[in-house]
Amino acid sequence: MDNIRALARRFIEALPHAHALGLALEEIGEGIAVIALPYDARLIGDPATGVIAGGAVSTLLDTASGAAVMCHPTGPIATATLDLRIDYMRPASPGQLIRARAECHHVTRSVAFVRVTATDDDATRPVAMGTGAFTVEFRK
Amino acid sequence: MTQTVPADAVPDQALEQLVCGIPYLRFLGLQVRREGSDLVAVLPFQPMLIGNPLVQALHGGVTAALLEVTAILALMDQTGPQGTEPPAVPKTIDLTVDYLRPGLPRDAFAAARIVRAGRRYASVHVEAWQEDRARLFAQGTGHFLLRGAAAE
Repeated sequence: MDNIRALARRFIEALPHAHALGLALEEIGEGIAVIALPYDARLIGDPATGVIAGGAVSTLLDTASGAAVMCHPTGPIATATLDLRIDYMRPASPGQLIRARAECHHVTRSVAFVRVTATDDDATRPVAMGTGAFTVEFRK
Repeated sequence: MTQTVPADAVPDQALEQLVCGIPYLRFLGLQVRREGSDLVAVLPFQPMLIGNPLVQALHGGVTAALLEVTAILALMDQTGPQGTEPPAVPKTIDLTVDYLRPGLPRDAFAAARIVRAGRRYASVHVEAWQEDRARLFAQGTGHFLLRGAAAE
């Protein structure tokens, strides 16, 4: 499992845009992925507050969701986002890392369904939550 | 529709200033121009926008970001500067992105339609395309919290 985890980490961190944002895989397995976005001044969306842009949070949630699909026990070999809805409940606290935990909770022959939650240091109050539908392909 | 800006008046200084003021838009390399009464966001392709290197597709998060910032810029453009201050950045309440086809490794464009903007809330629909405006690669709807200078 450690080997798979290391492989998954290398794979995700090698995605060019994930690398540009500094995304780091923290946990992976059985349809669950946890990915972190470190605070970075280049990603500020509101200069008046220093809060990270929604777009960077969307990328974090989308990446974690895709990773959760790829590590589902049914063993998809490819996935792409069909639909992603994100609710932004509160601004992430400036200076804090944002962590997304995605769970691929159902997979059919063609579609995977994902729930994802993002938190900062205060894990009791989510920053954002998302629900997504993803394409899936299996080895024939 | 009042024609305040001729279609060939690109780029627009006020829009450029809006974009320059937001670090994340500089990070993405986003540009904005006006086409008639439309505000069009332009995301020039760069390799770091790729999500899946195997199929060379734009990252889904980049697509979501393009839709969201286009909606935000359209709302800020409608508000206009508050005295000497730039308009407050609207807060995203929610965003739903419909991925219609993969984003190809080339420039992407987006335009927003403000479906309704009241005093506090706005509902915005955004479309994104690449080569052909009639062939969308993504569309989205978002709700935004407006923060006028007079509010709060």
